[in-house]
Amino acid sequence: MEADWLRGLLGGLMIGLAAAVYLLGNGRIMGASGILGSLVDGSAGSDRPMRLAFVAALVAVPALLWLALPGLAPLGTQASRQPLVLIAAGLMVGIGTRLGSGCTSGHGVCGLSRLSPRGIAATLAYLGAGMLTVALFRHLLTVI
Amino acid sequence: MQIVIALLSGALFGAGLLVSGMVDTARVQGFLDIFGAWDPTLAFVLGGAILPMALAWRIGANRRTSLSGAPLPGPAARHIDARLIGGALVFGAGWGLAGFCPGPALASLGFGGWPGLVFLAAMVAGMALLPVLDRGWRGRRAA
Repeated sequence: MEADWLRGLLGGLMIGLAAAVYLLGNGRIMGASGILGSLVDGSAGSDRPMRLAFVAALVAVPALLWLALPGLAPLGTQASRQPLVLIAAGLMVGIGTRLGSGCTSGHGVCGLSRLSPRGIAATLAYLGAGMLTVALFRHLLTVI
Repeated sequence: MQIVIALLSGALFGAGLLVSGMVDTARVQGFLDIFGAWDPTLAFVLGGAILPMALAWRIGANRRTSLSGAPLPGPAARHIDARLIGGALVFGAGWGLAGFCPGPALASLGFGGWPGLVFLAAMVAGMALLPVLDRGWRGRRAA
């Protein structure tokens, strides 16, 4: 599909705009793992209501859009159907993002756009680890 | 005011993840699959997302407070330590394994079926587990 990159760019602009609204509106960095993680471990403090609102909209709006315009995501997530892979991956993403203080949105979108040394270092590390993991588990072990 | 801004931002983020295709785990793994059928879409998403955000940092540099009155973040921290890199490596490995990172895992909750739900539950458990592991590590170091 030749429109893939265009959809990617358009969606990317929307993601960047979301981060810009969060920064200039609320003075906070829009990091999905920080927002969800602080709600999970109770460290959100007085930011709790606004972070809950963010998560609620992040869950509800794509679900409604997907119902209204199924063509936008015709294949769902295509996620692995191997429970062990999903559980191991989920635990690693949960622990890793909290240990490293960020994920693709915080370190990637928000960090790279201000040339943050920590954001750049973390992004290189998780991209490298992700590529190595896919190479190993898809091409050598053929389990994903 | 803060709530309305957070709702608007979460809505835009979720819609952007859906439009960009980043809720599709096969597409994300396709980007990471540099030895297979490489899918460059994620690079366009990241590039597109950085543009408005770079502008926002510029605008923010000339202001002290956000629209809601909360202070804007200070200069970016510079210290790179084992915690940052170790965490990013563990995250990246999990990301490659399932093709989910935290934003898309939440955004696809409504249509991701049981695999998305299993991943999200494990991710939340991991987030809850880290402070417990942290206390264990600190205790062992002190002993």
